[in-house]
Amino acid sequence: MLMQTLTQKLANPTRFMDLSARVLPWVTGLAAVTIAVGLYLAWFVAPPDYQHGHTVKIMFVHVPAAWFGLLAYVVIAVSSFGLLVFRHPLADVSAKAAAPIGATFTLLALITGSLWGKPGWGTYWVWDARVTSVLILFFLYLGLIALRASIEDEALAAKLAAILGLVGVVMLPIIRFSVDWFDTLHQRASVVKASGPAIHSSILLPLLVMATGFSILFLAMHLKGMRNEIQRRRAIALELSAVRRSASRAQVVER
Amino acid sequence: MSAFLTLLRRDVTLSLRDGAAIGTALGFYLVVVSLMPLGLGPDLKLLARIAPGILWIGLLLAALLSLPRLFEVDAEDGTLDALSLAPLPLELVCLAKAVAHWLTTCVPLCLTAPILGLMLNLDLAAYPALAATLLAGTPSVSLLGAAGAALTLRARRGGVLIALLVLPLYIPTLIFGIAAITAVVTPPGSFLSPFLLVAAVSLVSLVIGPVAAAAALRVQGG
Repeated sequence: MLMQTLTQKLANPTRFMDLSARVLPWVTGLAAVTIAVGLYLAWFVAPPDYQHGHTVKIMFVHVPAAWFGLLAYVVIAVSSFGLLVFRHPLADVSAKAAAPIGATFTLLALITGSLWGKPGWGTYWVWDARVTSVLILFFLYLGLIALRASIEDEALAAKLAAILGLVGVVMLPIIRFSVDWFDTLHQRASVVKASGPAIHSSILLPLLVMATGFSILFLAMHLKGMRNEIQRRRAIALELSAVRRSASRAQVVER
Repeated sequence: MSAFLTLLRRDVTLSLRDGAAIGTALGFYLVVVSLMPLGLGPDLKLLARIAPGILWIGLLLAALLSLPRLFEVDAEDGTLDALSLAPLPLELVCLAKAVAHWLTTCVPLCLTAPILGLMLNLDLAAYPALAATLLAGTPSVSLLGAAGAALTLRARRGGVLIALLVLPLYIPTLIFGIAAITAVVTPPGSFLSPFLLVAAVSLVSLVIGPVAAAAALRVQGG
């Protein structure tokens, strides 16, 4: 019930702008501090790996980037559902703002992964399950962004992108499963396991701090992106009303 | 049901009369597959090994060619508006369009694939598997393609955009289809389980494709 009233309260763009303006500086600062602490831990506290040496530090950026690359798609899927089913006025703004952020995180995961892969595996790229599925996720983001960019009517583009987002979220597990048929070189998921994490706490702690920092960073960028989008729409609306006013004044003068 | 069949018959007849569409897709398939040995070298052993992949990928690309026309003509002359007012649910209209696309584009391409397989030195034992996986997998190509065509109906550069939207969704069909054929060519490995997965992906597409396509058309109708 509380959740519902919160989303209902936030449904008003003006109230969202007020609230986000007050929250955003704090969130941004917190993200900076957490990531700074995480980087400190990663550089000076976490020991170099006996196999990977210092290149293991790439992991502290790579793993959170991959997680939040996927999380952004979840945000898009929930927002798309919110737009199509509940017609929530901010849902489209949220979906639109999340797409470039998600694409950037997945790209960051791919780039850091291949930089880590060169010393680790001896090659920049391997076609194993997890690399390939992050790549495909990146393609899905590109598709969403491209569809939105190529339709002029923004309200229409929003709904079509939402439909595409939901198709993507249904197909994503199937794609992931099919890509698992290939997997070869990559080590198996080792943080989230039923038997508990299999990596040492000296590495796990900085990783979790970095993940927390990335999640706050994601929130900050998402809020900022949504604010930008709302302000862009307001600017367009103001321009249109100015044009309309001058047009009606011109009519009065003609009469 | 009769309305569905009438629509299906109309769409199939229209594409058959416009023979250029099928001819173009078949010609494209032939050219793409012929380019592969020219690019990779005429080593028959190598070609035999990668033939299933070339045949599948070429088919996916060739099938994409006719997708933009799926709703375009009917949208231009207003038929689509009439169809959306008709008692037949829009989901079934989209299903009829997808089935028509499958019958007039994918089936001819599937029939051409074995001939192109000969040119690639594909193992003869793989032919039944090739035919079976193509026939079981291509419905997914048409059904998801219909969703892509509906989503890009009002987009600028719709034709290129469809490829970007739809090709990543074809990955499961491609992977399982090739896994099934490879299992026959190089014996350790089961043909049946990837083949059944190909069929399962087509069934999932049967649910998603027409619903998504109809939703996209409704949004654009108003």
